[in-house]
Amino acid sequence: MADTTFLDSTELVLNMGPQHPSTHGVLRVILKLDGEKVLGTECIIGYLHRGVEKIAENRTYAQFNPYVDRMDYVAAISNGLGYCLAVEKLLNVEVPARAQAIRVILTELNRIASHLLWLGTHALDIGAITPVFYCLREREEALKIFEKYCGARLTTHAFRIGGLLYETYDGFEQEIIDFCKMFLPHVDEYEELLTNNRIWVGRLKDVGILSGDECKEFGVTGPVLRAAGVKWDLRKAQPYSGYEKYDFEIPTRTNGDTYDRYIVRMEEMRQSVRIMEQAVAAIPEGPIMGKVGKVIKPPVGEAYVSIEAPKGELGYYAVSDGSTQPYRVRVRPPSFVNLQALDRMIRGGLVADVVAVIGTLDIVLGEIDR
Amino acid sequence: MAGLLKKIFLADLFQGLWVTFRNQDPKLIYTERYPEERPKVAERYRGAPRLNINPDNGETLCIACNLCALACPETLIVVTSERNEETKRKELTTFTYDTSRCMFCGLCEDACPVDALELTQDFEMATYTREGQIWDRQTLEEGPRPTQYKC
Repeated sequence: MADTTFLDSTELVLNMGPQHPSTHGVLRVILKLDGEKVLGTECIIGYLHRGVEKIAENRTYAQFNPYVDRMDYVAAISNGLGYCLAVEKLLNVEVPARAQAIRVILTELNRIASHLLWLGTHALDIGAITPVFYCLREREEALKIFEKYCGARLTTHAFRIGGLLYETYDGFEQEIIDFCKMFLPHVDEYEELLTNNRIWVGRLKDVGILSGDECKEFGVTGPVLRAAGVKWDLRKAQPYSGYEKYDFEIPTRTNGDTYDRYIVRMEEMRQSVRIMEQAVAAIPEGPIMGKVGKVIKPPVGEAYVSIEAPKGELGYYAVSDGSTQPYRVRVRPPSFVNLQALDRMIRGGLVADVVAVIGTLDIVLGEIDR
Repeated sequence: MAGLLKKIFLADLFQGLWVTFRNQDPKLIYTERYPEERPKVAERYRGAPRLNINPDNGETLCIACNLCALACPETLIVVTSERNEETKRKELTTFTYDTSRCMFCGLCEDACPVDALELTQDFEMATYTREGQIWDRQTLEEGPRPTQYKC
């Protein structure tokens, strides 16, 4: 050490997390630094591993349903939809139109709730404290609707295999319409706070660039992919649960930096409101449960269903051996795949940008570790 | 030119400050004073479990069919019963429900054919001991008995 002078540069290895508040859970990132510059990163995951896929093998199909809510706990309803669709594909069951419409409404409401939590915490990471209060205020309204509909706010267990268990409560449609009306001005309000703010723009512009080709190489999906200019949304590409009936646009941007991902997510919230308005105006009458027996016993086979969750492509792969318990359930979580791009996005950047890039990926560790 | 003037006069910052100013209206403040003000949870809320009794004669509604125990993903419900020789029917003896492992999914409630087991709107279930989380039949029927302190 005696020979080193202040002119020498030495590499520093720094542990970020697992308790760091900006890693959104228990992600540990090992940073290799040269001063403020990031030379490389390595992600250590698994702190929240609960063995959900193994649990599935010891539960019946219906019993596993509440566990999927606990993977991406910010968007529990999307997880439930993906799992239910996969088992319905195994069973070859048609879900009634009314159940499909209600599913779409709740999933889109959950997308808004998820994006609001992302926006609040992302802004908090960057240093803007105000948006998180406003975001959680609006998210509260969405969670209240969930609570009224299915009795839980976060880990909802809202859908059942074959349709829905709960019929809508009185005034459900009106509350959704009121929410849509109330929510759109609030999105403008967040944009007023952030979009033109010079600190926000300075911290996000040209940070964590990921081009469209790189996204495809990594398998990155969701808003990260769309911000890089690839127009890919599973709701349009392979419509499920009646999404082909609704008219909405896929917001895309071209630069693929953190600022573009912010813009894409803001626009997605507006599009979700559009879908909800269309769906709530035309909820068909009829039954809410398909023809599913009391004991769910799918024939031998396998099914893969992927849906567009708030964070990207969420896939469920279920294999049945003809018994009441799944032989294997594999989850393709969007956050897990998106996190792999972290190293490419941050290499050569600054330490302060690590927080911004982790925030912009919108990861949930419950889903990564499963 | 307009862009430069906006930059000099901090237009973007004042735009944001105007939003925070608008939201200062005392009518928009959302504070719940929790212990004094009880939150009103939704009708379908899945909270503390309850074993319903027939209000007319005080007998339990449970028929000891064991369906809730089979439906539970965590297998935290244990039902025991014995056969009554006079009426030739199964009668409930004990019913334990381990709330510490419960994730309030509501599958037991759906499985119950006589609406005996129900998840209520009660949400305060904290105890000082782990054993206190395991509810027996009496607790399920009468509700938890929190420790009373003299003040």
